[in-house]
Amino acid sequence: MSSETGKILSTDGIPLEESLKQAERKNKIKAFLLVTPLLLFLIITYIIPIADMFSRSIDDKMVTNMLPKTYKAMEQWDGKELPPEEVFEAFYLDYKILVKNKTAGKLQTQLNYEKNGFKSVLKKLARKQKKFEEGNYKEQIMKVHKRWRNVEYWRAIKRRAPAYTYSKYLKGVDMYSNEDGKIVQVAEDRRIHRILWSRTLEVAFFVTLFCFLMAYPIAHLLATLPMKYSNLLMICVLLPFWTSLLVRTASWMILLQQQGIVNDFFVWIGLVTDDSRPEMMYNKTGTYVAMTQILLPFMVLPLYSVMKTISPSLMRAGKSLGATPAVAFFKVYFPLTIPGIGAGCLLVFILAIGYYITPALVGGASGTLISNQIAYHMKSTLDWSFASAMGLMLLTGVLVIYWIYNKLVGVDNIKLG
Amino acid sequence: MSKKEDFVKFDKVDKSYDGKVLVVKDLNLDIEEGEFVTMLGPSGSGKTTCLMMLAGFETPTNGEIYLDKNPISNIPPHKRGIGMVFQNYALFPHMTVFENLAFPLRVRKISKEDIDKKVDKALSMVSLSEFGNRMPGQLSGGQQQRVAVARALVFDPSVVLMDEPLGALDKNLRESMQYEIKHIHESIGVTVVYVTHDQGEALTMSNRIAVFNDGKVQQLSSPDKLYEEPVNSFVAEFIGENNTFAGEISDISNGSCKVKLDKGEIIANPISVKSVGEKTTVSIRPERALINPKDKMDNNQKGKIEEVIYHGDHTRVRLNLLGNSEFILKVPNSSQNLDIKLGNEINIGWNSHDARALDPK
Repeated sequence: MSSETGKILSTDGIPLEESLKQAERKNKIKAFLLVTPLLLFLIITYIIPIADMFSRSIDDKMVTNMLPKTYKAMEQWDGKELPPEEVFEAFYLDYKILVKNKTAGKLQTQLNYEKNGFKSVLKKLARKQKKFEEGNYKEQIMKVHKRWRNVEYWRAIKRRAPAYTYSKYLKGVDMYSNEDGKIVQVAEDRRIHRILWSRTLEVAFFVTLFCFLMAYPIAHLLATLPMKYSNLLMICVLLPFWTSLLVRTASWMILLQQQGIVNDFFVWIGLVTDDSRPEMMYNKTGTYVAMTQILLPFMVLPLYSVMKTISPSLMRAGKSLGATPAVAFFKVYFPLTIPGIGAGCLLVFILAIGYYITPALVGGASGTLISNQIAYHMKSTLDWSFASAMGLMLLTGVLVIYWIYNKLVGVDNIKLG
Repeated sequence: MSKKEDFVKFDKVDKSYDGKVLVVKDLNLDIEEGEFVTMLGPSGSGKTTCLMMLAGFETPTNGEIYLDKNPISNIPPHKRGIGMVFQNYALFPHMTVFENLAFPLRVRKISKEDIDKKVDKALSMVSLSEFGNRMPGQLSGGQQQRVAVARALVFDPSVVLMDEPLGALDKNLRESMQYEIKHIHESIGVTVVYVTHDQGEALTMSNRIAVFNDGKVQQLSSPDKLYEEPVNSFVAEFIGENNTFAGEISDISNGSCKVKLDKGEIIANPISVKSVGEKTTVSIRPERALINPKDKMDNNQKGKIEEVIYHGDHTRVRLNLLGNSEFILKVPNSSQNLDIKLGNEINIGWNSHDARALDPK
C-alpha cells in the first residue's frame, strides 16, 4: 500500500482512526465524569490554597491601597532629595482618611517593617494632624517630627509603592533589599531563618537516617518471621501509628524530662549522678528521639511491602552459589530493597521537613524547626504573607528533593505497597 | 579417577521441625559420584527436606550427612560447594544473565578473564550465548530455567541439587528440558540429586530413583527395576499403573504362592509374604496381562469388559475380573482387533511371576 492511500478504512468506509475515536468517545466521557469529583476536590483543597498562598506571599497591595494619592504624587519624585510639597499634601490627605477610619495602625505596622522607628513618627503625626492648617503641609509635617526631614523615611514609603513584592522571600533567607534597592544580608546576629532552615534539613536528614537504620531490621523480621509472630510484630509497629500524635509526643515528654523515667533509670543503674541528669528534652535530642519514633512506621511499611515480595530462595541461591551471608545480603538482598528504601526515605524526609507538633512540644529553643516559625508568624505576628512565603519555600524545597530523587533513583522504582 | 561409591551419604538421618513429627525417618542413602539420583514422592513425603539438608539450609535433627567422606552438618551452605537449581529458578532479578552466572565466580575471586571464559562456556552449554545482556525478566520460562541450570554448574560444583526445576514449565517444554538436563549430566559427569513428584520425569532422567513416602525411602533402585519389581504396594501404586487384588495366602512353596481372593484364586510371586494365612495385595502391571494368550500361562481368568477408552496409540480396557471391576488392560492398536466390545467376556492370562504378592495396604 502506498503512503498516500495509507489510510485504513473500516468496513463501513469510515477511516479507521475516526471510527476508533467515535467508539472510544463515550468511554472517555464516562471516565472523565468519574474522575471529576476527585479533580474538583483536588482543585478546591490543593490547587486553590496553594495559589492563594502564593498570591498572599507576594501581595503588597495593602499599603498601595492605603496611600493612593501619595503614590500618584510620588511618580514624579526621583527619591534623591526630600519630595516636593505635592507629595506631602497627598500624604497628609491619605493619612487623614486613615486616621479617621481608624485604619492608620495597619499602615504604621507595615511601614515600621520597612523602616524601624516609623511607627512612633506616624503615631505622633496622627495626633498632631488634627490641628493642621490648610496649605504648606511640608513645613507643618516636618515640624511634627524631625525624622520627616530625613529622606530615608520617604524612600521607605516609596519602596512600598509596587503592588507586588518578593521581599518576604528575601526575608525568609535573611536578606532584604536595602535603601538603594540592593539585595543584602541582614546583620549577622539577626540571621535566624537560615539557622532554622539548616536545622530543619539536618533534623530531617538524621531522623530519616535513624528511621532507616531502625526500620530495616524490623521490616526484615516482619517479612521473614512466621505468620503468627509477624502479625504480633506488625501490631506493635502499627499501634503507635494509630495512637494520637499528641499523646505520643506527651509520653515522650514524660519519659525524657529531667525528672523523667529515662533519667531515673540512668540514675538507678548509676550511669549518671542524681545532680547531673542530662537534658534530653527541649533541645535537639528530644526532637530526634520523638520524631524518629513517630515517623518509624512510615519507613517500616514501604520496606516491609518490598521485602515481602523478595523470595527467600534468592538469599539461599546466593549462599548456595558460594557467597557468605554478608555478601549474599549486600549483593542480592539489599539491591532488591532499594525501591522500598527510596520510598521510605522520601516519605520520612518529606514528613520530617515540615514537622510541627513534636518539635513545638519537645524541641525547646534549639529544637524548633522552620514549620514552628511559620506557625509563629501565622498565630502571633499575623504576618501571613511571610508565613505563606516560607510555606511555599518549604514546598519548593520538597519538590526539588523529589526531583533530585527522581534523577538519582527514578520515581518509577518507588514501591509503597 | 575412579568413581567413589558413597560420594554423598545420608547416615541414619532424622529430621523434625516441631519436635513432634518426624518429617524424615532414619534415612540411609548412598549416592555414587557422577550418578543422577532422583528423590521421588508425593508432596509432604520429606524429599525436599532431604535436599535442603544436603544443601545446608536445614540441619539434620539426628544422624550425619557425608560429602566425599567428610561430615558436612557443621559446614555452612556457602562453603559446601554444592550447586542448586531452585523450584522458581531464583535468578537475581537485578542482574543480567551474565552477572547471574558470574556471581558464583566473583564471590570466589576468580580473575575476570576466567570468569568471561567460564560464563561463555556455560551459556553455550545451554545454548543461550546471545542472551548474556538480558535481564532474567526478559526471558521465557524455559530460558530462565536453562540460566538457572547453567548458574548452578558454572563454578564446577561436585554435586548439583535440583528442586522440582521443571514444575513451572508446560508439558512440551518440560519434556525437552528433561532431555537437555540429562544430556548435560552425561556430558560433564556431575553428580545430580533431583527432586520431583513427577514419576515420568524421574523414570526418563535418573540412574537411580529413591521413592519417598512418609519420611522414608521405600525403594532405591534403577527406573526399570522400580517399575518391574516394586518391593511394596506403595511403590507399585505410585509408579505407573497397577492392578491389585487383595487376598490371603492359602499356599506357599517353591517361589510361588496361591492367593485366595473373595471370588476365586490366583497364583502369584511371593515378594513380601512368607507364610500361609498372611494378608497380601497382589500387583499386576496392565501390560503384563494378555488377552487370549497364545503361550501357556499359569493364570487364566475370564473377565467382562465394562469400559473401552481410545488413547490413540493404545486402547484402555476396563474389566470386571475376579470381583475387581477396576482391572485395567492396555491393548496396543497394532494388535489385530480382538473381540473388544463392551459387555463381551474375554480370556485374560498372566504369568505368576508378574503377579507380585506384596504387603497388604
